[in-house]
Amino acid sequence: MTFFFEVLINGLLMGIMYSLVALGFALIYKASDVFNMAQGAMSLLAGLALVGFLEMSFPLWLALLCTVGIMIILAYSTVFFVLKPLVNRPPLMLFMATFGIMYLLEGIGQSIWGTDAKGLNIGIPEISFEIRGILMNTFDLTFAGVAALLVASLVWFFQKTRTGRALRAVSDDHEAALSVGIPLLKAWAVTWVIAGIVATVAGVAWGSRLGVQFSLGYIAFKALPVLIIGGIDSIPGAIIAGLIVGAGETLAEVFIGPYVGGGIQTFFPYLIALLVLYFKPYGLFGKEIIERV
Amino acid sequence: MGRKLMFTLFVLVVAASFVMVSGPAMAADKEKKKEAPKQYVPLLIYRTGPFAAGGSGIGSGWEDFMQLRNMQGGVNGIMYEWEECETAYNVARGIECYERVKSKKPAYIHPISTGITYALLPKGTKDHIPIVFEGYGRADAADGRVFKWAFNFPTHYWSQNTAKIKFIAMKQGWDGKNMADIGKYLKGLKIANLHIDVPYGQETKPILDDMAKKYGLVVRHFPVSWPGIDQKAQWMDIVRRFKADWVINRNWGVSCTVPLKEAARMGFPRNRILGVWWCGSEEDVLPAGPAAKGYYATNFHGVGRDFPMIKQIVDKVYGAMKGNISFTRVGSVYYNRGVITGITMDEALRTAHKKFGVKVINAEEMRWALEHMNITEERIKEIGAEGLMQPMKTSCADHEGGGLVRIQQWDGQKWVVASDWISPMKDYVRDMVEKSAAKFAKEKKIKLRDCSKVD
Amino acid sequence: MFYRECGNFKDNYASDMAIFPIPLDRYGFIVMLILALIVIPLTATDYWISSIMIPFYCFALSAFGLNILAGYAGQISIGHAAFMAVGAYASLILYGRYGIPLLPSILGGGIVSAAVGTFFGLPALRIKGFYLAISTLASQFIIQWVIVHWRWVSGGVFGTVEAPDMQIFGWALDTPVRKYYLVLCIMILLITFGKNLVRGQLGRNWMAIRDIDYAAEIIGVNLYRDKLIAFAVSTFYAGIAGSLITFCYYGAANIEEFHVMVSFALIGMIIIGGLGTILGSFLGAGFFVLLPIAINQSLGAFMDVVPSDILSNIEAIIFGGLIVLFLIVEPYGMARLWHTIKDKMRLWPFPY
Repeated sequence: MTFFFEVLINGLLMGIMYSLVALGFALIYKASDVFNMAQGAMSLLAGLALVGFLEMSFPLWLALLCTVGIMIILAYSTVFFVLKPLVNRPPLMLFMATFGIMYLLEGIGQSIWGTDAKGLNIGIPEISFEIRGILMNTFDLTFAGVAALLVASLVWFFQKTRTGRALRAVSDDHEAALSVGIPLLKAWAVTWVIAGIVATVAGVAWGSRLGVQFSLGYIAFKALPVLIIGGIDSIPGAIIAGLIVGAGETLAEVFIGPYVGGGIQTFFPYLIALLVLYFKPYGLFGKEIIERV
Repeated sequence: MGRKLMFTLFVLVVAASFVMVSGPAMAADKEKKKEAPKQYVPLLIYRTGPFAAGGSGIGSGWEDFMQLRNMQGGVNGIMYEWEECETAYNVARGIECYERVKSKKPAYIHPISTGITYALLPKGTKDHIPIVFEGYGRADAADGRVFKWAFNFPTHYWSQNTAKIKFIAMKQGWDGKNMADIGKYLKGLKIANLHIDVPYGQETKPILDDMAKKYGLVVRHFPVSWPGIDQKAQWMDIVRRFKADWVINRNWGVSCTVPLKEAARMGFPRNRILGVWWCGSEEDVLPAGPAAKGYYATNFHGVGRDFPMIKQIVDKVYGAMKGNISFTRVGSVYYNRGVITGITMDEALRTAHKKFGVKVINAEEMRWALEHMNITEERIKEIGAEGLMQPMKTSCADHEGGGLVRIQQWDGQKWVVASDWISPMKDYVRDMVEKSAAKFAKEKKIKLRDCSKVD
Repeated sequence: MFYRECGNFKDNYASDMAIFPIPLDRYGFIVMLILALIVIPLTATDYWISSIMIPFYCFALSAFGLNILAGYAGQISIGHAAFMAVGAYASLILYGRYGIPLLPSILGGGIVSAAVGTFFGLPALRIKGFYLAISTLASQFIIQWVIVHWRWVSGGVFGTVEAPDMQIFGWALDTPVRKYYLVLCIMILLITFGKNLVRGQLGRNWMAIRDIDYAAEIIGVNLYRDKLIAFAVSTFYAGIAGSLITFCYYGAANIEEFHVMVSFALIGMIIIGGLGTILGSFLGAGFFVLLPIAINQSLGAFMDVVPSDILSNIEAIIFGGLIVLFLIVEPYGMARLWHTIKDKMRLWPFPY
């Protein structure tokens, strides 16, 4: 039984790592109706940049600052060169455009910083300890804390600040927001900047786990089922669904896997998603689109 | 206005790409006619994508070797001419590359990818182009009677795994010589085979299961779903429930690195993890940082720059600024693997020159040569590759040739040799290989070649 | 001047229903057919036929299948590469292991794929939009897992089923040109069938579903049935395309050929090419199959000047850049671009 709880708790902690990635998707979808396939590539770029700056023996805070700077440049150029000409296009086209951005980012990132796998160590302690026979690690707990902090500050930002409220207005109705004088493009750019910062956090979290290399972009695949379970446009949804997916797939792999040959981790989250969507077609917390003719 | 501008830009790009495609092709045709014939070597390489470390390392090592030979006057005067084709480790692109280079009459193809090898084997057999996969691809291709056009020297996955088991036994206190009492040390030992869940990862399951029966090992397979960035579930199971004594790390790319991190976090000793040779490069352990210290990995060649051959490359090729990779990676695992690839090709060509005369060797002649290679200790010393590669001798029946495996250990800074050359359980592996090949031959209705009648 | 109808003179249903109402289009189509049927096989090299034209046709066919689903019926699927794999493995097993003749085997591959596809289409009855798109990824991963783990399918640990030599009525299909004709004939047949399908009642139902689904339901379209039929037809095409590309190009079915990125590429093809158009399927397949090869080959010329690792990355940059550029220039796909040109031509030289 202890083993069960151990798997459960570690699965939940793993889930938070997925949530970090899913958050970026949710933010952008919420504000601009764009399903951003490049989110994984953004994390990769952030990771590569961070390692690049650290290798130039920048102190950590400066390297992080520079990385965020790059993400800001990226956000603005995406919004003004790609999204602006594509305003009011069907969401599928925008999705495709982000697909192109993904290739671009992968190519650019690797041309500048090379294709070699690099280690990333920003000094988060990795000490394992047991509480009542349950093994845990400070690294996972740290990032659980970071994720909690991130979500709390995002919620605060969206609820309490002027910019945040403007962003919510934009995500509710573009045209209405425009008509009361909220600059649409600027609002989008701010959202992309936030998503870029979230991608940086995800890039750091996953980069210190995996090392910074091309495969970092694949974390996006892990986030997709999380997204649809939580609702594509929901920030708390991303966190809760991440927990569900993390716990579900880890438990499934450990307790069901041995009977069916294992390796069911890739698709098990999708099964959970299908189950959830059967009852709630817009995810647990997604905005239900009420259609009128 | 903006759209019009974009449209013009777009038309320009299309026009430019047309010029780019047609222009150089014509120019290249004109140039070709004048020069002396060269030995054409295609490289199916991957410098981008998730596995770029392997592709760029091997490809560049190989190119640098050819560069060195060209500087020294080629193989018996025949110069190398090589061309890269980027596969990005993608099977479909690999096939396209194969078809593209096929028309230029390569002597052999070396796909540098297990997946692409599986796909190219039937093609090579049909087109009569030898497919060579050094240390990857299917193990049962070692049976040359069935796989006439496939070569997997100097060693393959199944040999490797018997050597791994031998090494594990040695670590348990076995003397390494007396095969009769190896079982005593292995009995009841729990081995977790952590493998990536693609055909490449599955390839060693039968031989491990079979050895488990033979020696009383407890082997359990832990598949990691592609791309393997998250292995928490597997490691919880391995360490906390299965309580493995040894873990075999049979992954590729990022999924090689993750186990080291996870093991560190779970408190599993790294010197109980034994990696496949595709999980045994600097690029696999460096991202794991200090967590990788003590980790064992197999290899079939030497690592480092401390060999006359590598020194020559450093002096001549990099001295003349003609290197194909950043200088820091010279001497790394993948780089040296590429140099080995070059050396074996070089030796095969020399063998062919002896039989067919000094000229550009074609695929048929190359196949004969690959089957009659004999790289002895003396020859290795002569090339300046002592300790870098193992002696090998191929024949009609045996397309493996060598089979020796070496274990290396990561000391936190570099790979250090942790064992002598370990010979695999040769007869046992051969038996498995023949059985598997016979099954394949029966399915495909291939008639076995009679090796006593082949010259 | 020549490119117009000169008013509406259609006096019978046949001409009103014609696929190509404008003569010049008809001639253009015939020229393309001649090019594909006669000129290419006679002039192109083996490399062009076997590794450019055959995959191009197969991917165009598969993209057309996806276009039926996404472009006509409005349901996105990101698992089409897996259905290609199902078709490939099924037809190889039928032909290689059970000795069923080639054409029925290929058809069988399509049918098996359609059956599996219909099953995975079930969520579409309740889920829409991106939610559906992502849940179809489930099919990709589940099918991949099943093929790797089910020994009977994958034929042992190597996970690869080789394509045997092909014969139709004792006639060996061994040269690239013969394989080319096989692919071309099946493709033309299926595309014609598909074109007529989407012009008929079923196609109109699909378009109604795509545009406003509940409105379609009110005017009497059986939503569930027609959505499932769309999945079946679409995955049938994918299955056939998968089996053709394996038989005629790959030479062996290997699960890594039908990777999730191929699924994304297929989606890309129909979006870049143009949703809901046949021409778009071809243009899109051209973009995703031919363009990377063209970029790769043309960059080869710069081999001596630029370091090769950067060169490989430039390929990704150019490709990604072109995707974005295309979408900005013509968000509705390359086929729409062609329509715009056509509309201009109709009025030329007096656009007033």
